[in-house]
Amino acid sequence: MAQGSSEIKYLTPIAVDTKKKKYCRFKKNRIKYIDYKDADFLLRFVNEQGKILPRRITGTSTKYQRKVAQAIKRARHLSLMPYVADLLK
Amino acid sequence: MEVRKINFNFALRFLKIIHINNLIMNQYETVFIVTPVLSEEQMKEAVKKFQEYLKAKGAEIVHEEHWGMRKLAYPIQKKSTGFYHLVEYKADGQLIADLELAFKRDERIIRFLTVKLDKHAVAYNEKKRRKAKEAKDETAQA
Repeated sequence: MAQGSSEIKYLTPIAVDTKKKKYCRFKKNRIKYIDYKDADFLLRFVNEQGKILPRRITGTSTKYQRKVAQAIKRARHLSLMPYVADLLK
Repeated sequence: MEVRKINFNFALRFLKIIHINNLIMNQYETVFIVTPVLSEEQMKEAVKKFQEYLKAKGAEIVHEEHWGMRKLAYPIQKKSTGFYHLVEYKADGQLIADLELAFKRDERIIRFLTVKLDKHAVAYNEKKRRKAKEAKDETAQA
């Protein structure tokens, strides 16, 4: 019985080594300035509720995460993006 | 002793003159939202007021954009739309506080945001404008 359960466990491929390395898109593309007026672009850095996604998910470097956060907050102030939302995407 | 005192006063005055002449001109960008209850003309008048305010205070307007009526992401003062207007200008930092006060006092302005542009931002805006201009030229040719 114990053997059977262990077989089931290994039926799914082990995804440890196939994990894609995250990278900072701003560093890679040499983007120096993040525009707060471009709400469509900033939408990539928030979740469905309009919350700012953490670095560990987006892979952004610390330096640019700060700028992203600042830009999103500015966009929210100007009502280009919502503070709170439901089903944003 | 007397001579030294005079010299000191003279130097001080000289420094003040230098300070006045070297107003630090930074580049700023202001976006403001005009209330949608106004007619087209009234809205233009409100925008014009601030353009003239900036010019009168010695700011140099670099670029202007009118986005027209836009839907707001959330209601502001129970309004769900607004006229967006963007101004990019070079000015001394002292002006910003006065400008923001004028925005606050004006009932027609429902939201505003002023941002100081660093060199990357200025480069980005210039590139964006150049691209927009090229696209415009191409459509004009075609």
